[in-house]
Amino acid sequence: MTEQTQTTYTPDLAARFPEWVTPDSRPGFSGYLVQREHLLDFCKTLRDDLGYDLLSSVTGVDYLPEGKLEVVYHALQTVGGPMLVFKVQVPRDEAVVPSVVSIWPGAEFQEREAWDLLGIRFEGHPDLRRILMWEGFEGHPLRKDWKEPYFEEEVKPYKSRWPDGQVERIEDRMPLQDNVQYPAGFDPESWTPDGDESLYRGLRKLLEDSGSELKTDRLIVNLGPQHPSTHGVFRMVAVLDGETIVDLKPVMGYLHRNHEKIGERCSWLQNMPFTDRLDYISSMSNNFGYALAVEKLMGITPPERAEYIRVIMAELTRIISHLISIGFLLNDLGAFFTPVLYAFEERELILDIFEAVSGSRMMCNYFRFGGVARDFPEGTLEKLRELIYERLPRKIDELDRYLTRNEIVQTRCEGVGVITAEQAISLSTTGPILRASGVPYDIRRADPYSIYDRFEFDVAVRYHGDVYDRYLLRLDEIRQSIRILKQALKDIPEGPVISGKPQWQVRVPAGESYGRVEGPKGELGFYVVSNGKANPWRYHVRAPSFINLTALAPMARGGKIADVVVILGSIDIVLGEVDR
Amino acid sequence: MTPPEINSPGYEIPAEIRNQVNITTLDRVYNWSRKNSLWPMMFGLACCAIEMICTAASRYDFSRFGMEVMRPSPRQADVMIVSGTVTKKMVPQIVRLYNQMPEPKYVIAMGACASGGGPFKEGYNVVSGIDKFIPVDVYIPGCPPTPQALLNGLITLQKKVETESIKSARWYGRRPIQPIPIPVLGPDLMDPRKYGEIRELARQKAEAEAQAAAEAAAPAGEPEAG
Ligand code: SF4
Repeated sequence: MTEQTQTTYTPDLAARFPEWVTPDSRPGFSGYLVQREHLLDFCKTLRDDLGYDLLSSVTGVDYLPEGKLEVVYHALQTVGGPMLVFKVQVPRDEAVVPSVVSIWPGAEFQEREAWDLLGIRFEGHPDLRRILMWEGFEGHPLRKDWKEPYFEEEVKPYKSRWPDGQVERIEDRMPLQDNVQYPAGFDPESWTPDGDESLYRGLRKLLEDSGSELKTDRLIVNLGPQHPSTHGVFRMVAVLDGETIVDLKPVMGYLHRNHEKIGERCSWLQNMPFTDRLDYISSMSNNFGYALAVEKLMGITPPERAEYIRVIMAELTRIISHLISIGFLLNDLGAFFTPVLYAFEERELILDIFEAVSGSRMMCNYFRFGGVARDFPEGTLEKLRELIYERLPRKIDELDRYLTRNEIVQTRCEGVGVITAEQAISLSTTGPILRASGVPYDIRRADPYSIYDRFEFDVAVRYHGDVYDRYLLRLDEIRQSIRILKQALKDIPEGPVISGKPQWQVRVPAGESYGRVEGPKGELGFYVVSNGKANPWRYHVRAPSFINLTALAPMARGGKIADVVVILGSIDIVLGEVDR
Repeated sequence: MTPPEINSPGYEIPAEIRNQVNITTLDRVYNWSRKNSLWPMMFGLACCAIEMICTAASRYDFSRFGMEVMRPSPRQADVMIVSGTVTKKMVPQIVRLYNQMPEPKYVIAMGACASGGGPFKEGYNVVSGIDKFIPVDVYIPGCPPTPQALLNGLITLQKKVETESIKSARWYGRRPIQPIPIPVLGPDLMDPRKYGEIRELARQKAEAEAQAAAEAAAPAGEPEAG
């Protein structure tokens, strides 16, 4: 497999389409710059002739000094191989780019995000509304000249934080003692809040014709943001015909914590603990992705022992995440909380190990550029061995025995929330969703990172694309993770755990980099741009559960309202990552 | 069964009925029963919610303290555990949920975010602590607080409940308790209690901008003025 990957054919696109693209020749950058007028033709060729069937990531970068906004696309072939990156540059004051939703429907949410945060208008987008902030919010916050109310300095560490050795709260310096700012001359009383009008306007069209012989009315129903089924603060607006879902729109942003804006103010290392809080169930694998992205730029690799530790941590995280996902799926099916207790029991044992190695149960902040923060304390390996060889396999079998052949689980899950392989690819889903639809795409095999090419494991794949297969696939993956862990525990060498000496301020050469890992939820990617300074110029997270949500509406349409809860559970979202 | 906290000393209870009769004050028995059945609302905001679930799960198990019933509906809940980052987009809903909770109600700010903004405080969509909008009874530090810390916070709340009295409880007061005005999403988050200040601030900003524009224009217009 490895050899195959290395020989994947990447054509020289600049030679092939000289009038459409030019190579991106900025130092440290790669890929192609595409003419805006030819973007759609280029994308169509990529998809249809060159096999780049999955558009993984779309984002923007604000190059303020050059007066340009850049849209960055990452596309991949689901047969494996490295990513293809291409960009479109537009002037800042006339930021309009053709939308690629017609070619890759999976770009829908990401283009909306780029519109919301960077003010890049995508022409031809079917539903270009703000996605993370609310309609009516003033400005596009990720533009470099947009300042948040609590703005102190461009980059951290802020000098203003400790004036004369005294701590000062920023609220005390603000006019309203609060994190708000208003346009000049604004009058709050004359303001009419949007109240999601633009969202409902799109849905109301569907209300008009129910088309059924019975004179039934269609209804718009809101689930969330406070709803026990949404796993956090997520909202769905469904148009119902009786109990059947006609259409459904996810609404998010209720946990939008401005990860990227903060990330661009923080120094490189300061971002590490923030990545923990993305998908807060799998902090270790978030650390992994970010470390890879920055290490690629810095051109360093961690020592052997650190590589093994990283893999061990990432696989343990996968086990935790899948266990929780299975537990909560049952919760969504109505088996209230008891299955979750089984999942949490095992999770606690793994958390003990995390706490021992990193000092924290959830927010591990354990990876460093070029290694990990510290070595295993004494006794950790023994504990791990007991867990991996004895306890976990037994517990997974137990879970399997309890649930898999359970009649209720089967009837509620089989054939529910189906998406086909083609749909899964075109909607840019990754991870368990994609693999449960019959596409064996796993970055650990398709584009191996770290030392995954050394381990023997199977890429779990299932073929029906329904909730039941997603559940089974997660069980399969836990078993494969245990397999990897056994090999890693056998082979882990002695030695240092970080290359060079640990630094709090690293030097990162100018350039761009995209680091991606196969996280428990799918492809977790970090796109970072450095200009050689102490802080990233751009820091973007390609969040798998955010993009996987594009598949929610196609899965739910035509189904029953009660099943939406289960479908959402099977997508397995974590709001910290969806909203960032 | 004679829980020490409700059994008021000073009265001699005959030995033969000591296990059936207790003498206590109304306040004590009222508080005792309330504090041992605090039902939290099932309401998670962010990372801290996961630790809250852990606290409910088998290892830490807060049902030992009478809190096993978590209700997703605010109408059936006594304690709102604000477990995570409060964003501007979410805060109208949180205030609404708070208003919908029946009295007596308590709020626990769990974690750095809910207490004061936390690691994401500087973010443009983050509220610097839920106490900007609703009254908080107990703050729990940590990011996230461990389940032990949450338990400690809940026990602290129980202690607070113990100190209350029917006589002075606000929910038995004569006047109805006013709901908290729900914040509005404008160009930025707007607290209806502060509309006047917001207007004043925006007016000052407009003035400053006009002045700056005039100053920028002036030297070009009258080069010999100085
Ligand atoms: S305090 Fe920390 S753990 Fe809790 S919600 Fe905030 S960031 Fe997450």
